[in-house]
Amino acid sequence: MSSRLVNWFHFSSPATFYPLAGRLVPIFAVIAVILIAVGLYLSFFVAPTDYKQGEGYRIIFVHVPAAWMSMFIYLVMAFWAALGLIFNTRLSMMMAQALAPTGALFTFLALWTGAFWGKPMWGAWWVWDARLTSELILFFLYMGYIALQGAIDDTRRADRAGAILLLVGVVNIPIIYFSVKWWNTLHQGASVSLRGDVSMATTMLVTMLIMALGFWAYSIAVALKRVRCIILERERDAGWVGKLPEIRA
Amino acid sequence: MKARHKRLAYLAVGLAVLAAAAVLVFQALGNNMSYFFSPTEVVEGKAPRDHVIRIGGLVKPGTLQRGQELTATFVVTDNAHDVTVRYTGILPDLFAEGQGAIAQGRLNADGVFIADEVLAKHDENYMPPEVAEALEKGHQQGKAQMSGDQP
Repeated sequence: MSSRLVNWFHFSSPATFYPLAGRLVPIFAVIAVILIAVGLYLSFFVAPTDYKQGEGYRIIFVHVPAAWMSMFIYLVMAFWAALGLIFNTRLSMMMAQALAPTGALFTFLALWTGAFWGKPMWGAWWVWDARLTSELILFFLYMGYIALQGAIDDTRRADRAGAILLLVGVVNIPIIYFSVKWWNTLHQGASVSLRGDVSMATTMLVTMLIMALGFWAYSIAVALKRVRCIILERERDAGWVGKLPEIRA
Repeated sequence: MKARHKRLAYLAVGLAVLAAAAVLVFQALGNNMSYFFSPTEVVEGKAPRDHVIRIGGLVKPGTLQRGQELTATFVVTDNAHDVTVRYTGILPDLFAEGQGAIAQGRLNADGVFIADEVLAKHDENYMPPEVAEALEKGHQQGKAQMSGDQP
């Protein structure tokens, strides 16, 4: 173990991670504000009008990055949950817990902007096709995790129950992603595929990617901020917490 | 075997079983997961006849007829088979000939699909109008060349 350059377990200690997270939060917050500001400017004023959908398509710049984040954050949470179950690291479980509200937020945002987009283009706020339904199930998974994790008083048991729910729910992620390929859906296929095929104009794509990176930075900043609160709450009896200047003051 | 290796193994096996279960469930569900039937499935009788169903495909160019009081008739095609659809109501903005559409309703005795809801389906291509125009022009030129090459 000593031959490794970085000992990752070093950072899995809440006492080392707490100050590190504190230093990272403002950096990612600034990145998020800049990227989202630039992204929104490009979305509204630079990206060209679509040939078919006119101006209404611009909701894509929030809708697609939010939907990507909703799936990606779930995968990250499941990763932390697996690490927590295998290595019994307290911090992993705290990371999963810290990410949940942000993931739920993005899922809700994706569903909501999707409804606003669907009404003018398709003619319906909501349809029960495979893509929309599986994304709604993802929202329920987030809610279920938050509720289950919060309903059990013993943190260790709460974490383990939540982690198992998260891992079971992972099945849903490929279903969401591939639903438009596997079945007939009202929802159109992916404009940007994992293989790198793109079916949108470059300016539109760049704008969407900038928004996605902005959402990414926002998620990191908010999750780190939240994990700091969780660390303080759970480790309140630990010696190092009592010595923190912000606690002593 | 260390305790954590054991936990890792449990987790891997658990997830594998879960994935297998999911695959089997969706294999069994098969087409029931689909939002609509294609015209081919309707013509071949794979779609239930006395049920409210959805059919989807392209609105065949040149077939849209607007009748009296918001009644529209058009043909939905998947380029293999056609189904005639009759609908009374407001069509969505994106509804047009040559575009995707999904109709919900049931087949009548004459094989005409009486729809009570029509949704427009758009594809995953986004581009400025100039590019779309240029592409269309190129497509037409290509077609003209193709037909010109043939003696």
